[in-house]
Amino acid sequence: MSDANQISYWELIKNGILKENTIFKLALSLCPAIAVTTSLKNGFFMGVAVVFVQVMVNLTVSAMRKFIHQRIRLPIFMLVISGWVTVVNLLMDAYVPDVYKEVGLYIQLIVAFASILARAEMFASKNRLTPSLFDGLGMGLGFLVALVFISIFRELFGKGTILGVSIIGAKPLLILVLPAGGFFAVGILMALFNWLYARYAAKPGAH
Amino acid sequence: MGAELIKLFELIVSASLVNNFVFTWFLGLCIFFGVSKKMETAIGMSITFTAVMVISAAISWLVFRFVMVPLGIEFLMIIVFIGVVAGLVQGSDTIMRKVSPGLYYKLGIYLALISTNCIILAVPLMNVGNKYSFIESIAFALGSGLGFSLAMIIMASIREKIELADIPVPFRGLPMAFIIAGMIALAFTGFSGLITL
Repeated sequence: MSDANQISYWELIKNGILKENTIFKLALSLCPAIAVTTSLKNGFFMGVAVVFVQVMVNLTVSAMRKFIHQRIRLPIFMLVISGWVTVVNLLMDAYVPDVYKEVGLYIQLIVAFASILARAEMFASKNRLTPSLFDGLGMGLGFLVALVFISIFRELFGKGTILGVSIIGAKPLLILVLPAGGFFAVGILMALFNWLYARYAAKPGAH
Repeated sequence: MGAELIKLFELIVSASLVNNFVFTWFLGLCIFFGVSKKMETAIGMSITFTAVMVISAAISWLVFRFVMVPLGIEFLMIIVFIGVVAGLVQGSDTIMRKVSPGLYYKLGIYLALISTNCIILAVPLMNVGNKYSFIESIAFALGSGLGFSLAMIIMASIREKIELADIPVPFRGLPMAFIIAGMIALAFTGFSGLITL
């Protein structure tokens, strides 16, 4: 990836949102995708936390990449990640306590996100500061977009509301906000994403 | 003593069935979906997982109680616990390779995967959050491990059958696995209210 600076920043962001979407395409970091998406508010804040951690980790790793010895790079990446997760954890606890009460555990578990470690290892440790920033932004936004989609789907059809405001006026599919419904929602949306991707993105001109 | 034993038993049942990590907390999904394609790997993973879980919960509890609380660095628990888990996984990897190469050949690959599992980190964090005693922490970890094993084995036995089924193309692979998991989760809601701690 030495010619990464020739790839436009927009491409990097698009890559994170579409081609390598953490949840729908790579199927990584699924735990919070189901756990926190019962309402749009929780899903959104979880996504924001992930964007923040991903960007800051990418920046830190990229800035330090010349000083990190090859042999001990993974423990160092873990240390950087858990440091930034601690920061987000304390910030959320202080500023959005009502959201934190529900998603706190999952915020702490951002540490165990394979996707964040993977981007630090595959991209940030080999690239300069600005591309790393946009790569982190793209991957994080891809996660945020997926979470927002899932939580809109679940909140709208499960509770009939968006951000607590009643839209449908009934609870058409109560099961979607129950734990079991989370699996159904992600399964259905994933299939939809696959279908759209196969139809429009992968084979242009076919069908 | 009797009442305490019952409390421990309740903790194990609650952690494995009522609050099953996979189906009610949605943790450890990456491994749950990744390794449940074949029964053999599912069982290997379950054994390794339960063992590592119990040991890491015990060590984390000791570290938290006797190192972090006296030093007043509880806020660093994420960093410390991930260090404990990573060190433990690396250590048992090395020990197993030397002591029993046969077992290492069978289960070694799962060990490396475990360090990316969020349950293994969530259990020590929840032990701290719920202020469990040492014995309670171990019971909780054991219950969580058993619950995860149960989920893995159910899932693997269904997915081995589903391989042969004719599923609509966009649903093949993971989306179908999610739908199945949803149905199992629905069955597991039947356990809710069985035990309230």
